[in-house]
Amino acid sequence: MDIKTLTFIVVGATFALYIGIAIWARAGSTNDFYVAGGGVPPVANGMATAADWMSAASFISMAGLISILGYDGSVYLMGWTGGYVLLALCLAPYLRKFGKFTVPDFIGDRYYSQTARTVAVICAILVSFTYIAGQMRGVGVVFSRFLEVDITTGVLIGMAMVYFYTLLGGMKGITYTQVAQYCILAFAYTVPAVFITLQMTGHFLPQTGFGATLADGSGMYLLERLDGLSTQLGFAEYTEGTKSGIDVFAITMALMVGTAGLPHVIIRFFTVPKVSDARRSGGWALVFIAVVYTTAPAIASITKVNILNTLNGPDQQGVLYENAPSWVDTWEKTGLIQWEDNNEDGRMFFSNDERNEMSVDADIIVLASPEIASLPNWVVALVAAGGVAAALSTSAGLLLVISSSVSHDLFKRTLMPNITDRQELLYARIAAGVAVLIGAYFGINPPGFVAQVVAFAFGLAAASFFPAIIMGIFHKRMNSAGAIAGMVVGIVFTLSYIIYFRFVNPAADTPENWLFGISPEGIGTVGMILNFVVALVVLKFTKDAPEEIQEMVESIRYPKGAGAATSH
Amino acid sequence: MAFESQDHAKAYWKENLRLMLKLLTVWFVVSFGFGIILVDVLNNITFFGFKLGFWFAQQGAIYTFIVLIFIYIKQMNKLDRKYKVEEE
Repeated sequence: MDIKTLTFIVVGATFALYIGIAIWARAGSTNDFYVAGGGVPPVANGMATAADWMSAASFISMAGLISILGYDGSVYLMGWTGGYVLLALCLAPYLRKFGKFTVPDFIGDRYYSQTARTVAVICAILVSFTYIAGQMRGVGVVFSRFLEVDITTGVLIGMAMVYFYTLLGGMKGITYTQVAQYCILAFAYTVPAVFITLQMTGHFLPQTGFGATLADGSGMYLLERLDGLSTQLGFAEYTEGTKSGIDVFAITMALMVGTAGLPHVIIRFFTVPKVSDARRSGGWALVFIAVVYTTAPAIASITKVNILNTLNGPDQQGVLYENAPSWVDTWEKTGLIQWEDNNEDGRMFFSNDERNEMSVDADIIVLASPEIASLPNWVVALVAAGGVAAALSTSAGLLLVISSSVSHDLFKRTLMPNITDRQELLYARIAAGVAVLIGAYFGINPPGFVAQVVAFAFGLAAASFFPAIIMGIFHKRMNSAGAIAGMVVGIVFTLSYIIYFRFVNPAADTPENWLFGISPEGIGTVGMILNFVVALVVLKFTKDAPEEIQEMVESIRYPKGAGAATSH
Repeated sequence: MAFESQDHAKAYWKENLRLMLKLLTVWFVVSFGFGIILVDVLNNITFFGFKLGFWFAQQGAIYTFIVLIFIYIKQMNKLDRKYKVEEE
């Protein structure tokens, strides 16, 4: 069977599976399956959190970016896992004890202020919009390849699918659908990785395999070969990277702290039965995430060697275009691979200097890796299904956060308290529609690779929510004026910096012009520090939080007496 | 008040903070320390075919994070029982 038919079958089957589970679980809930206090066991919740969390950025884009960036790509690996340590140690148990629905709820109550709630809602919407812009691109890449259309059409088809999927409603709220999505996603990610590792090094485990020697009998280490090839072709040495130390530090910090401040991730910890389960959920989530994240750098390095060998030939002299492997041809249709025969020798050549004739989009590397390694067609189809699962689950979740923030938190609780439930639902649908359209616009005109755009969302979360929540728990006296001032300064600063360098004056987006040499991806770290400083200074000149609030903070610091779980 | 006394409440919070800071120190050292600040120094050491600094940045830090969270879970459950503030 050809790849296209197989892909339709596999993607269709997984879709049917998700919907089937949703129907089954909903029937179960009438039997008091989700009764408050029952909640979801930590291991299942960990898996669902992992599925929610691992988006198109993780699945499709991350390994590709690492492949291009080499060592510098480590920012995504450490950043998106290290955040769970912060989440499990500093936030999850306390927010669970607090026991409200959303992050704006916590901010609004802890800082006893409607203004604080509104600021938090606006931050949540900004973060989610940025995030979803990245997802749409990812969905587009998947669809454009497997329907063999150009990327713009791919984004539009993906947009329609996501909107439809979200309107099915409630889908995302069902934890067991996400457990299934996690299983498919993890399986689709690791199976091809095991294949390519076996092929390249004779090792079974990707995690150790990419440090092993090559199976071609040369006795050379894989990474050694890759470093050598990279230097020869004008790329930076793979294991060294080119970003400055301070930028790597800032990006990693922004991603870690942002993870701990993302509204749709935090929300998951409200669904577990007990405070101790909130801690445990964080641990399990990280275990499941690590399965994918420790595999990613192996895919990155092995596929890089594969790409260089197939485009340039084992002798690195270039391969005749008419002998190009079929994946080059199929991906060319999407416009994500381009070949320009500059020296008119009819050979492709991929390098990072004046000899280069190829442009290879980082976002295709994971999806193309099974084809590049000439793996069987069913593996290619499986990877497509995994990519769709990752992109759909996260974007649907984000759309729900956006629509509920707009309709419930913003309109119903703040601007127009008198609207009916019907109107609220209408506003929710409109908000989701607008979010999808904005997402699609940025999907077609991306300000960076999927993982980079998503990184902006983390920067914004780091600069706004994280300090407000941390001080809300660990600094009893912190008051509303301080928290509001901190959040506003943090998010305005970070957003302006990103917009200036990515949209207003992209020509200036170089290390010499950056503040302290920190790129827009890492600027959230500076925004976070500003947030803390501004909040503490304002606190100095204003009254401490009232006595009853301080008592409430005391009470969220120990588990006993936590209320029943809220079900989402 | 769920604690037996004000002193207990203070002592519980203090022990919690101490544990948290200890674990966060390790968190910082393996990622920002070994993976970023000291990466060039550690890269002179080879570890199963990896340069050690590179390995920490792309593998080792992640494994350590998992261990840290599970240590925290275990210790906190112990602490909750010690001060009798665990959930029924």
